[in-house]
Amino acid sequence: MSLSQIEIQIIAALVAAACAIPGVFLVLRKMSLISDAISHSILPGIVIGFFITQNFTSPLNVLLATLTGVLTVVIVEAIQKTGLVKEDTAIGLVFPAMFSVGVILIALNANDVHLDIDAVLLGELAFAPFDRLIVSEIDFGAKAIWVMGGILLVSLSLLIIFFKELKVSTFDSGLAAALGFSPSILHYGLMSMASITTVGAFDAVGAVLVVALMIAPAATIYLLTDNLKKMIIGAISFGVIAGVSGYWLAHLLDASIAGAITTVLGLLFLITYLFAPQNGLIATLYNQKQQRKEVMLITFLLHLKNHEEESERLVSHLSEHINWQEVKAQSVLELASKNNFINISKGIIGLSEKGVEFTDLAVQYITDNEKSQIEEIKKEWFLFRG
Amino acid sequence: MNTYIEMLLTDYTLQVITVGTVVLGVICGVLGSFAVLRKQSLLGDAISHAALPGIVLAFLWTGTKNPLIILLGALISGLIGSLWIKGIISKTHLKSDTALGLILSLFFGFGMLLLTYVQKLPNANQAGLDKYLFGQAATLLKSDVLLLITVLGASLLVLLAFWKELKVMLFDVDFTKTLGFNIRFLDFLITSFIVVAIVLGLQTVGVVLMSAMLLAPAAAARQWTNKLSIMVLLAAIFGGFSGFFGTFISASSNNLSTGPVIVLVASFFVLISFVFSPNRGILFKHIRKLKNRKELKLFQTLGLMFDIARSHEDISRPHKIMILNGFQGYSKSTLQQLEEQKLIEVKGQMWSMTREGYNKAARLFNQPMISE
Repeated sequence: MSLSQIEIQIIAALVAAACAIPGVFLVLRKMSLISDAISHSILPGIVIGFFITQNFTSPLNVLLATLTGVLTVVIVEAIQKTGLVKEDTAIGLVFPAMFSVGVILIALNANDVHLDIDAVLLGELAFAPFDRLIVSEIDFGAKAIWVMGGILLVSLSLLIIFFKELKVSTFDSGLAAALGFSPSILHYGLMSMASITTVGAFDAVGAVLVVALMIAPAATIYLLTDNLKKMIIGAISFGVIAGVSGYWLAHLLDASIAGAITTVLGLLFLITYLFAPQNGLIATLYNQKQQRKEVMLITFLLHLKNHEEESERLVSHLSEHINWQEVKAQSVLELASKNNFINISKGIIGLSEKGVEFTDLAVQYITDNEKSQIEEIKKEWFLFRG
Repeated sequence: MNTYIEMLLTDYTLQVITVGTVVLGVICGVLGSFAVLRKQSLLGDAISHAALPGIVLAFLWTGTKNPLIILLGALISGLIGSLWIKGIISKTHLKSDTALGLILSLFFGFGMLLLTYVQKLPNANQAGLDKYLFGQAATLLKSDVLLLITVLGASLLVLLAFWKELKVMLFDVDFTKTLGFNIRFLDFLITSFIVVAIVLGLQTVGVVLMSAMLLAPAAAARQWTNKLSIMVLLAAIFGGFSGFFGTFISASSNNLSTGPVIVLVASFFVLISFVFSPNRGILFKHIRKLKNRKELKLFQTLGLMFDIARSHEDISRPHKIMILNGFQGYSKSTLQQLEEQKLIEVKGQMWSMTREGYNKAARLFNQPMISE
């Protein structure tokens, strides 16, 4: 590994970690798409800043672009407040317009700007190590490391200082306001931090992929835990893993590093989406199937309990009376007898003692309709689930 | 403008491009109306980004740049993206904004990986694939335009055939279900047409800006009417004009790519509509607010006069204007207006209430009126 390769990986990891922190809060606050809006809209800010300073990484440029990002949020919210269009329409109207202004500004000054339109979308992570931070002729390494490191440091320290406030206002904004935290200061603080991070990451990964780095790690970890601290740590780790392994994938394919990082993030999300133990697709489908079975079992038991007459309790006519398919009726019957809820004699089904007790509890649950209770009942009775 | 029309009459390429962008604008306006009303504004953004890997994969697979095959790839990958979005929303606790952002960025990133990979392949005839990023209206061919017109015709036919059902579904999904219409089919129908429109637009305005093409004309049209048919018509007109003026501006100055200009023209329509539409527009809303405030002031003054007049036997007894001083809502112009409406009479420094004025105030404050 050469020095510049190591430096690229450090930058990738720093960018990913820095993006993950505001990303978690954006996802939790249902504002993921704001990151999309910000990352596109800062383009005119960056271009105008470049006209003034002839430099991409000067502080003035970063400041201007950040202000553009915050301005976008303000415009979007102003449009939302008029009630003329729905929330997401406001986002969808503002950022393409701003982005278009940026693209046209670049096109009009194509001769003066060394800003490639591809770089806008993709960033140039591979070239980042060439931009050195040199102070009085001493080489301190790639500039991007210092810029992103600085942003990460600021955002980490803000996170630690205001963790409690952020947490409360994210999950219960009413309570936060009642406790005296200003929701708007926290909101715009978060927006500013998201803007600064986006501006910093823009050079490295481009406009669209900033969105991936912000949302994907947070969304992935959100499927695995709902503890905020674990989420933040997990999102940062996912980001760093994707950053480093994405670099090697790109190296292998000789393709865009940012694209490869996103692809790794996509794979991580796909795997989690399918296999997450509680919230994954497979787990959800399995749970839904189980619940359907349980509901059927309870329906069946209620039917037995409600009908004393033998004609309603014949095994052979079961499907007729509850309006089930033959196979379905058979499986429910098996499930019930496995749980010792019923006893069958001469083709007539009767509730066992255990069955009566369970059915009573179930009826009570249905009339009370308290969610916690059914979980207890399930645990207590330990249903054999087919 | 005149020279442009002359150019338009003589230059064949320009004719093709102009017709293409106008037709695209009309399609986007019509279908975008449904997207906006169904609160799926950003679905278009996600789908257009999600189409990118399909474009590159279609090229990798077949090795041709036949626009039909490329568009088919885009269509498939866009549909997969939109289905996955629905899957994420319905099967996990992630919210729709997260699902949209995820699919948008992840698919796009994967597409960019493929695109940069293809670009480095030796002797691959891949040049021009990246035109789908920002679109190049200049590459529109007559066959592309014919395809656009076909799709426009097909979507208009389908809209007419299912107009009633779609209309009901837009405003009340549950009611539509109880009427026995197949929601899934209608949903799939309208989503696929939106995907088709997006995919067709990619060549002209590109992945990044496509969503604005879909949203802006519809959002502008929404401000002028509450009627679906008029909204769709207006959105089509706004879309068409955006295409026309966008092409005009970018053709008359060098170096400007058409896509961003069209988007800016459409955004301009939105801005105008937001400000100047008579019912919903910010300007007239503000004027109405000021007017209401003034009227309220007038009534306040009238109420004050009513209280004074009530305490005297003769309600038309003149009082000094001075005694109104220091009370809220009194100003010279309000007095004038009250006099104009014949609610009071002013003589020199004195005012007196008329019977109409007294009765009007009594009505306003729920007090007994006086008769003849």
